[in-house]
Amino acid sequence: METYSLLREIADSWVLLAMFGFFLGAGIWAYLPSQSGARQDASMIPFRNDQVKAGCKGTCATCACEAASYNFEDQHNV
Amino acid sequence: MDYVKLILLGLVTLIAAMAASWGHDLAYQLHAFLIMVIAFAMFIWVLRNTDEPRQADPTQDGIYADGVIRAGVIATAFWGTAGFLVGTFIAFQLAFPALNFDWGQPFTNFGRLRPLHTSAVIFAFGGNALIATSFYVVQRTSGVRLWGGKAGWFVFWGYQLFIVLAATGYLLGSTQSKEYAEPEWYVDLWLTVVWLTYLAVFLGTIVKRREKHIYVANWFYLAFIITVAMLHVVNNLSIPVSIWGSKSVQVFSGVQDAMTQWWYGHNAVGFFLTAGFLGMMYYFVPKQAGRPVYSYKLSIIHFWALIFLYIWAGPHHLHYTALPDWASTLGMVFSIILWMPSWGGMINGLMTLQGAWDKLRTDPILRMFVLSLGFYGMSTFEGPMMSIRAVNSLSHYTDWTIGHVHSGALGWNGMITFACLYFLTPKLWGRKQMYSMSAISWHFWLATLGIVLYAASMWVTGIMEGLMWREVDDQGFLVNSFADTVSAKFPMYVVRGLGGIMFLSGALIMVWNMWMTIRGAQPATAALPGASATATPAE
Repeated sequence: METYSLLREIADSWVLLAMFGFFLGAGIWAYLPSQSGARQDASMIPFRNDQVKAGCKGTCATCACEAASYNFEDQHNV
Repeated sequence: MDYVKLILLGLVTLIAAMAASWGHDLAYQLHAFLIMVIAFAMFIWVLRNTDEPRQADPTQDGIYADGVIRAGVIATAFWGTAGFLVGTFIAFQLAFPALNFDWGQPFTNFGRLRPLHTSAVIFAFGGNALIATSFYVVQRTSGVRLWGGKAGWFVFWGYQLFIVLAATGYLLGSTQSKEYAEPEWYVDLWLTVVWLTYLAVFLGTIVKRREKHIYVANWFYLAFIITVAMLHVVNNLSIPVSIWGSKSVQVFSGVQDAMTQWWYGHNAVGFFLTAGFLGMMYYFVPKQAGRPVYSYKLSIIHFWALIFLYIWAGPHHLHYTALPDWASTLGMVFSIILWMPSWGGMINGLMTLQGAWDKLRTDPILRMFVLSLGFYGMSTFEGPMMSIRAVNSLSHYTDWTIGHVHSGALGWNGMITFACLYFLTPKLWGRKQMYSMSAISWHFWLATLGIVLYAASMWVTGIMEGLMWREVDDQGFLVNSFADTVSAKFPMYVVRGLGGIMFLSGALIMVWNMWMTIRGAQPATAALPGASATATPAE
């Protein structure tokens, strides 16, 4: 089969359907209520792992934790 | 192990020496000589350290691998300034052709300096910024040290060698004439090696992460690295005429070659200048604003929509060509759909500031992030509009395209990179903040006004040019000759050059500010989480 015909066959048959299906799946997954804890956890990652300062003993008083110093009560990002 | 290294380096030196002697063209000979010198220097270095007892460096235990990021931050500032300087110079070459000095021919004419400018700003400035920030972000969001030991340093120095080979090659006339992919075959092969190592280092760090989830910034970075590898390999499929010369012949020809080129070219914009920089946005904007990203849901949708749509948009570069109509219509439709995820991403970035908008008054770095997102939104609206066939018939081949590219590149990529440099420099050198905060404000305003002058003059001149080209009299003859449009464009070319000078001065202020921040400072050590007991912070 010619390359062109082969690619055309792939482009407008089950591969197109599979890709579209995957895309829809990813979209639905993004909104799954059961994943909301995971999303909240992931969205806070930048505020962890980067706060170990000199004299830090693992408490926010000595480490000046960034995340703890902000008010995230109105967080609506999940 | 050292003996194997010595044999390999010796062989490389020998082959490079032969290549330097037998090379068919100057660029190839110079590159072979350069590689010979580097390989020989490494040979001597390995030889002098052979059979010496090895001591593990205890200062590197339990801390993030930030040395390579420090080098990347400096390289970004250096290449950025070099690239802006060349860009400003070639802008004035267009306004005043006498600047194509006779004594510098053919090395300093516009044709050879232009790819030097584009590669310097996209690959040297943008590329170094992406590598440095991705190494920073992937370590911080994974909570582990960079995977692969010295491989990170290999990526850094290997990438600098690629830049030097590409840049000197352009000046000496070595080019395969593919836009944004000008380097010849051996430089392409070298970049492939470096890039796959980059992928391994990045992926290795993600695999050994302490966090359960992969933070969304890393998804964007990973998509950028993988896609660029794929684009680079396919677009550069070529057969060298001789292994002792830089000339090569493309495997594709005709419209297939054109389509491959713009599939590469547009996705270089989509994945290098967009996905990679969105990785920066999703980490540094929340950090600087002190708030998590506005909507994590939206960031997931943003990611998948961008990845799925961008890859189809390339054919809009080939309207009214030999490319079949269905293909260019496909490209046009996908480009227009792409507007949505782009604006979704912009909104997600901007709304991250919700509840922290007051910080814009006091924080010039955050202001830069916001402006870069504004330009991202503007150019991702302009782009889909220009991809519409009817609009394209006016805009294509005019300076409107150049204006569009620069509002994206200077506004979005440039501004977000400057902001990241201002974020990283004090952190990496253990300072509280940049040496001068008011210098950041100066940089902000100079760069903003520079972009405004640039984009506005290119809109005016581009649309004028397009209208002049299509103007016909009542007999159906063209009214203007091409030279008429060139002379009509002169004032706008001067304004564009002035915009370039302003943007360049802003960058010079940044370099001074970084210099003053770094001067006398010790490299900071940032302890890994869970390893704070063993680390000895320098602060």
